Order: sequence, then structure tokens, then C-alpha cells
Amino acid sequence: MRAVDALMECLKAEGVDVVFGLPGGANLPTYDAFYDAGIRHILVRHEAGGGHAAEGYAKATGKVGVSLGTSGPGATNLVTPICDAMMDSVPVVFITGQVRTDLLGTDGFQEADTIGITMPIVKHSFMIQHPLEIPRSIHEAFHIARSGRPGPVVVDIPQDLSRADIPYEPVTDLRLPGYQPTTEGNQKQIRIAAKALANARRPIIYAGGGVVAGGAAAELTELATSDRFPVTCTVMGLGGFPGTHEQWLGMLGMHGTRAANYAMDEADLICAVGARFDDRVTGKLSEFAPRAKFIHIDIDPAEISKNVPAHIPIVGDAKNIVPRLTAEYRALAAEPGRLEEWWSRIRVWQERHPLRYEDTTDAEIKPQYMIQSLYEATGGDAIVTSDVGQHQMWAAQYYHFPQPRRWINSGGLGTMGFGLPAAMGAKVGCPDQTVVCIAGDGSVQMNMQELATCAQEGIAITVFIMNNGFLGMVRQWQELFWDKRYSQVDMGQWPDFVKLAEAYGATGIRLQDKHTLVDDMKQALATDGPVLVDVRVTREENTYPMIPAGQPARNMVG
Amino acid sequence: MGEPGTKELLSLDELEAAGGLRTGRKHVLSILVENKPGVLTRIAGLFARRGFNIDTLAVGPTDDERISRITLTLDGALHPIDQVTKQLHKLVNVLKIRDLEPRETLARELAMFKVSADGVARAEVMQICEIFRGKVVDVTKRSVVIELTGTYDKIDAFEALVRPFGLIEMARTGEIAIARGRTET
Repeated sequence: MRAVDALMECLKAEGVDVVFGLPGGANLPTYDAFYDAGIRHILVRHEAGGGHAAEGYAKATGKVGVSLGTSGPGATNLVTPICDAMMDSVPVVFITGQVRTDLLGTDGFQEADTIGITMPIVKHSFMIQHPLEIPRSIHEAFHIARSGRPGPVVVDIPQDLSRADIPYEPVTDLRLPGYQPTTEGNQKQIRIAAKALANARRPIIYAGGGVVAGGAAAELTELATSDRFPVTCTVMGLGGFPGTHEQWLGMLGMHGTRAANYAMDEADLICAVGARFDDRVTGKLSEFAPRAKFIHIDIDPAEISKNVPAHIPIVGDAKNIVPRLTAEYRALAAEPGRLEEWWSRIRVWQERHPLRYEDTTDAEIKPQYMIQSLYEATGGDAIVTSDVGQHQMWAAQYYHFPQPRRWINSGGLGTMGFGLPAAMGAKVGCPDQTVVCIAGDGSVQMNMQELATCAQEGIAITVFIMNNGFLGMVRQWQELFWDKRYSQVDMGQWPDFVKLAEAYGATGIRLQDKHTLVDDMKQALATDGPVLVDVRVTREENTYPMIPAGQPARNMVG
Repeated sequence: MGEPGTKELLSLDELEAAGGLRTGRKHVLSILVENKPGVLTRIAGLFARRGFNIDTLAVGPTDDERISRITLTLDGALHPIDQVTKQLHKLVNVLKIRDLEPRETLARELAMFKVSADGVARAEVMQICEIFRGKVVDVTKRSVVIELTGTYDKIDAFEALVRPFGLIEMARTGEIAIARGRTET
């Protein structure tokens, strides 16, 4: 059997039903195998689009995404999605072509040191040196990508090796002696954590993307409601706790709610679950949550005490640990009503400082209103992807995610151009769900080309561009911190998104009237095929509230 | 702190944060890795990326040909050692890491010194060499090459003594180490 046919067998054995890729010289053998392998292949227009689509697929379904590119530029185009998947712990296997082994190291045509270039941004990688290694490496790649703290794995296959004739036998054993992620939390630590929770007067649960990735959202809700623990989530954790629950404080961090940030600031106990104390959450680290002790539950031991020293570290899978913590906590029968005082303090913050903006008196659409309208138009029942910038933060603030895997964005790397291809991947993975992308007019142009893929494949996503003609977040920072010297942020009204959508074979719609916005959005959502909606919003609106960079949470402005 | 088995409540004030501490001393890490291409690059890359500075590094085979041993030393005053070892553990090809306890460890380094030594100076240099149980492995009219093994500190001390004579060049291997007694490193 050709090694590439064995590769197809491996993909099928791993349950792969779709891959996103683009062929080239070095992976021609692989593409010949796809011809009759019976695996759906989606031909993207740029490898980065394919990589982000695989991420969107993985985030929406919880399965491993697969993305392919050829050697050289094909592989370097994948660098951004690989790094994005690393930062946000997304399980994706990237299979790249490589030049023939006799050309390796000679600066051959389309040769790049893919393994070397990607080494700092992968969970692991395999450089195939013998055709017999292909099946085992593929299975090990999938195992590593999906287990423990998920992440990207690169498999680089030289062209000649992929043409080799090899005896193929299904691989049943993995040989990864150095890879044994801890999943089961330590019982003693869990008991100590339960006691700390029972003794806390001002506790808060701080949940991150690990709750979503670990499938522990229901378990987290159970823990939170075993008493009345206030809950906040990071931008990656949204949906990990219902966004409409009365114990929900909203997102925390730089553009989080005041209630969430103040509660973190005054808490005496912070129970972090699958979160990593990112600088966008902590603000000034030395003044972060000065009165708090920390329980830190994470599957990655290296996250424990990386930024904030943990008093009660628990390493393992949130899905394993959180229910046991809930059970231990219940057994303690903590004093009822001890959180009343804490809640009354939180309620004051919530009432005094709700998310707010000044609405217009005419037809002009405020960006916040646009998100509220989309929430209404979708009934909160949609998978929402986003790009990076102001629109992402407003979406995180104003769209109340009821359940996990409904909010797909680039949190760690902050990749502009992520949203559209991610929506494409999510829709392929979840064809029965409504999938929308909230994009910025700057971001969307970075992977616009995938609209052609959507049109060709009939992938019915609806992209809502929050169009203010600016690189909005940069403009906001220039306004606030650089004396309003707007340097290279004005994108004007180019391109004409409606015409562009039509050229791509999608439907283009322009919306600029607030009064009919919800109905217009409903109509766009009901339109078949890919739809690009150009929503013209207030040009200079700032995302508030905000913790100025490098300052503590209590210094929030706006 | 309340014992985990009892219902006694835990006072938050008693909790002490763990980890991320700087120990302030030199650490010798003995790392067993799979003998595969690129493993050293992954380790070196990880150190560079996380801003950890390697003082010395020695790589060689073990009794098992599939496994190599990397011995590296780094300064615990500058780096949170637990963070270093945890990040290393995340590398799939890393099998085992021991942060060697100084008192339980035998560490040795090989060094070669090329020293200016003519006339009277030569006798003095050779005397120092003898005291340190070094070996003269090459002599010319105006220089000697001395081979010396020992701990990092011993070699530092020797260097300080011969430098005034005119240290032409020096090569050091970095320490390798093994645990004392029957236990495996």
C-alpha cells in the first residue's frame, strides 16, 4: 500500500470526516490518495483559512481538526493558525508536505524548515524520516493533540517518503513514554479546596477555556450552584457558565464588567478552573486580587503558579475534579447564608455599574446595539465566531452565551482574520446549527477569500461586519493614550462589501438603520448560502469599561 | 492548616502560596530524553523562549542507546526552577527530570587550560597543577596545556590561580552528574 493510502486509513481510524487544505507539489501524493479515500476535503483559498477552519471545527465539535498544506509557503502560511491553536489549546493536526529527502537542506524549491519554524508553537511535531513511521506518527499526533491540555501537532512528510510502498497494519499501541498527562486530581487537595470554599466569605469562581475544552461546563454549574458562588469567565471560558444565570457576573479582565473585576479584587478566595491568569485578566500582577487565596485547577501543571502563586493547586481534568470538589463541599454543609453580605456588595456594583453605552437618537447603529440586536435576532441560539478587536469585546460583553462551544474566538494570540474561516469550520462541523461570524471591517479582510470556499461548498454562514471604517481597537488606544494622534488606523469605506460578497457568489446586504436592525438581521439569517452583512456603525465608539494596561482592576475607566 | 480528613474548616490566612520560588542556589538538572533528532533543539528552544539562561549543558549517551542524558546547570536565583522543570516535562520527548540534591550528588566537569608558562612560571604552574591533581597533556617552550576534572567550583578555583600567569584559552565541558549510592539518578 502507498504510504499516503495508509495515511488515509489512519485518518479514517481516527474518525476524521473532514479536512481543510490546499494541494501543492510536495503533497501531490497525499492529494492523489484523497481522490478516492472517501474523506471530505474542503479546498480552501489560503492555508491560513484552512488552519483557522480546522480550529473552528475543533472548537465547535470538540473533535480534532485537520488542516493540510504543502511544503514551503504552504507550511509558513499555516504558522499563524498553529500558533493560534497553541495559545488557545485547540486540538488540530497539521499535515504538511516537505520536499524530497534528497533535496532536504539544499534550499530546494519550496523548501522551508517547517519543523524548525513551528517548534516553539506546537504541542509536539513529527518529522517523518522513514515511510514506516507515517501511520504511528499520525496516531500519536491525534492522541497528543486531543489529550491532556489539547494543542496543535505538526506532521511533516517528505514527498518521496509519502510515495513509498509500505505494509500497512493498524496501529494499536502508542509509544509515548514521555507523555502521560495527569487527569485525576489529588483527593487530598480536593478536600482542602472544599474546606477553603466552605470557609471563604468572599469567594468567586474564575473559569477559563479549560472548562469548555474539558467538557466540564455542567459540572462547573453544579459546583457554583451547590452554594451561591459568584462566577466569572475569561473570554475563552464564555459559555462555560450560563450567561443569563443570576450568579453570573459577566466576563472579567481588561474589558470585563466592573462587578466581575471588583469581585476578583476584593475576593478572599478565587477558585480558578482551567484558566491561566493571563495579563489581560490580572492587569498589574503585583496588585492583582491582593486579599485572595487561590485554588488553581488545571490539567497543565506548568500553569500552576506560573503567574500567580497557587495556595491549593489541583492538577488534572476539570471534568474529573470539579464534581469531586462539589461532593466534598456538599459534605461539609457550610454555613448557609454566609455569602449574603458578599452578594449584597456584588449587587451594588452590578446596579451601579451595568454595561452601558449612550444610544443614538437617530437611525445610527451603535456597535453595542448591533450585538444586542444579533442576540435578539438569533434568540441567543447560535454558534458565534469573532475576529479580534472592539467587536470581539462587545460580542463577549453583550451576547449572553448560554452553553459551551457557542463562542469561538482567538483569545490568546488575538488573530485578526480568525472569525470567517472559523465560522466556516464550525458550520461544517455543526451543519444543523446557525453559525454567525461577528467580524471587524479590518479583520474580515484578512481571510476574506474563504467566502469563495463557502460559496463553492454551500457552507451557509452569516458574517456580520461591524463596519466603522477603522482599526477600531488601535484607534481607541490612540485616542485614549496617544493624544488622539490617529496613525494608520483609518480604513475608510473600502472595499464595497456588498459588491464583494456578490462577486464571491455570496449574498451581500448593507444595514444602517437601527430601527429595522433586528428584523433585517433575521432576514439575513434566513437567507440561504453564505451571507455577508455590512453593518455600518458609529465610527468612533470606545469599548468600555476598561482596565488600562498595566493597572490594577480597581482602576477601571469608562 | 486543617487536615483534609476532618470537617474542621480551613482558615484562608494559614495558606501559603506554593511554587514560583527562586531558591537562590545553583541547580543541576539531569534530564533523560528520547534519543531522537531535534530533541536538544526543543530543549534549547524552550529555554530561550521562556527566558531561562543555561549556565552549562552536557549531552551524552546512557547505558540505553534509545535514551540520552542531558545535564544542565542553571541559577536558581534567576529562575523559578519549578517552572523550568514543569515546562520541560511538557516536551513529549522528555522522559525524566531530576533536580539533583547537591549533597546527594556527584558532579564532575572536565576542563582544559592553555597557560603561558616560560622559565620560572612553568614550575609554578605545574606545582599548582599537581595540587589540583591536574595533568599536563602538552608542553611547548612558552605554554602548557593542563587537563583537570572536578566540580565546577574546583575548576573555577584553578582558573583563578592560573589566570595571572596568562591564560591563553580554556575549554570546559559543563558538569555531568550522578546520584550517590544505589539509587538511580
